[in-house]
Amino acid sequence: MTTQHALTEYLLRLGDSDIILAQRLCEWIGNAPALEEEMALGNVALDLIGQARSWLEYAAELQGEGRSADDLSFGRNEREYRNLLITEQANGNYADTLARQYLFDAWHYYLLQALCDSKDARIAAIAAKALKEVTYHLRRSSAWVKRLGDGTDESHQKMQQAIDDIWTYSGEMLLADDIDNLLFEAGIAPDSAAIKAQWQAHVSATLEEARLDCPPMDSYMQQGGKQGLHTEQLGFLLAEMQFLPRAYPDAVW
Amino acid sequence: MYAQLVDTGVKRVKTLNEMSPEERHFQEKIDADIKIEAKNWMPEAYRRTLIRQMSQHAHSEIVGMLPEKNWLTRAPNLKRKLQLLAKIQDEAGHGLYLYSAMETLGANRDEELEKLHSGEVKYSSIFNYPSRSWADMGTIGWLVDGAAIVNQVVLQRTSYGPYSRAMIRICKEESFHQRQGYQILLEMMRNGTDEQKAMVQDSINRFWWPALMMFGPHDTDSPNSAQSMQWKVKRMSNDDLRQRFIDQTIPQLELLGCTVPDPDLKWNEARGHYDFGAIDWSEFYSVLKGNGPCNKDRLKTRRNAYENGAWVREAAKAYADKQKQAAA
Repeated sequence: MTTQHALTEYLLRLGDSDIILAQRLCEWIGNAPALEEEMALGNVALDLIGQARSWLEYAAELQGEGRSADDLSFGRNEREYRNLLITEQANGNYADTLARQYLFDAWHYYLLQALCDSKDARIAAIAAKALKEVTYHLRRSSAWVKRLGDGTDESHQKMQQAIDDIWTYSGEMLLADDIDNLLFEAGIAPDSAAIKAQWQAHVSATLEEARLDCPPMDSYMQQGGKQGLHTEQLGFLLAEMQFLPRAYPDAVW
Repeated sequence: MYAQLVDTGVKRVKTLNEMSPEERHFQEKIDADIKIEAKNWMPEAYRRTLIRQMSQHAHSEIVGMLPEKNWLTRAPNLKRKLQLLAKIQDEAGHGLYLYSAMETLGANRDEELEKLHSGEVKYSSIFNYPSRSWADMGTIGWLVDGAAIVNQVVLQRTSYGPYSRAMIRICKEESFHQRQGYQILLEMMRNGTDEQKAMVQDSINRFWWPALMMFGPHDTDSPNSAQSMQWKVKRMSNDDLRQRFIDQTIPQLELLGCTVPDPDLKWNEARGHYDFGAIDWSEFYSVLKGNGPCNKDRLKTRRNAYENGAWVREAAKAYADKQKQAAA
């Protein structure tokens, strides 16, 4: 594997995770529990789509096949998508959505912080801009985990269930594969073990403050998203998201 | 428009001579274009009318998110997805400003939402029409936001200060939405396939008459207008606003290379305005009564969102109370 190939894959993982999670958040619009939450969900989704565009533009350039970020988003099939499994999981109730968001945000935050020091200047620049946005995402989702965890009996029970249910998808982002290792050695990507330690500390502290039980860190974790092996949910999400460009291949929008 | 057929509860407009000293002082301020502020004395009917108008307006903003949401998850590229999401988010923001402005009159957001959910208070009839194609995202921005702007530009000079200031903020964002909507259609008409061009024309055909109905009934059938005009809650008549909208829209339509489904539409040199055909008011009243294609779905979506979110709002409140207690 060349560094360039590894880098392209890595960028797809970052961009795809952003766009898929944003698509899930878009599903909430018009259905959120309060008007203020419509705005907040919209903000987070807008940030993620913007970040996806930056990562995917870079990936498309490295591929050198004349494709654009749009081509990558709207023209690839499930098997070619490299997003983390956690990002494609269905919205469920508001606690499910926030559990997914929080566990992702905590990883995203530490990852971007580390990527600011990447030897790849373009990655460092994108990460620096994204980090400002994700700092807010993490602050918001942590606050909600605490609010729901330590709110009413009903919200506590729902939040605990949500954390327990999504937990099996939280390990994939912390586990390094050959691509992560190669890029770590090249000084482009950070040490996954360091991110994992930071993530675990943040998550255990937040859940404790939220009066929630933290599931075992060594639980069995589902994997495959980074290699293009997805849960059954992704196909439907893409079918909806990609409908127009696929139905009208010659159209311009 | 975003607020249609707002009832003033007033049968006949009083003259200055018939008014009490308080009422006269109030009316003289309005006549002198001095803004009424939340703490100023105001007739009860003025207060109630404004609450009705502003809550209808706010409800229209949030129900208006739904036809756009219908295509948000299917936007055709990243740029359009970002634009549409930002537009929907602006609408949520407009809803918030308007509810806040309305609360300065002693009304309460949750109570007004109850009235929306029970069908007691309406929202603009236009949002009871479905968004059937991507072109509708262009048409809604261009025609629906366009019609809203014509009304709202005038409402920037409305007599109630908080409402007027909310309108000034909202107008800036709406004109941006309108340009974006028009640009969606222009791109499809200039560079799109035949299928896309047909999609645009179909969309305009469907939205043209409902957009004209947004301004409300003819002046002769608008029993509350006289009082609203005297209070300067309303600043131009329904028919004048509608004419202004048509006059400014037709040149844009021609630039697109599209038509509207009105054989009687033509420029009248003598009047200096476009003439247009008769509006089917039976459709307007039928939609208001609840028979539009989406009335039931729109209300059900809003009601479900509110009810399903109750436990979240309760938890947030319980948590905030606990934090307050801990700090005390």
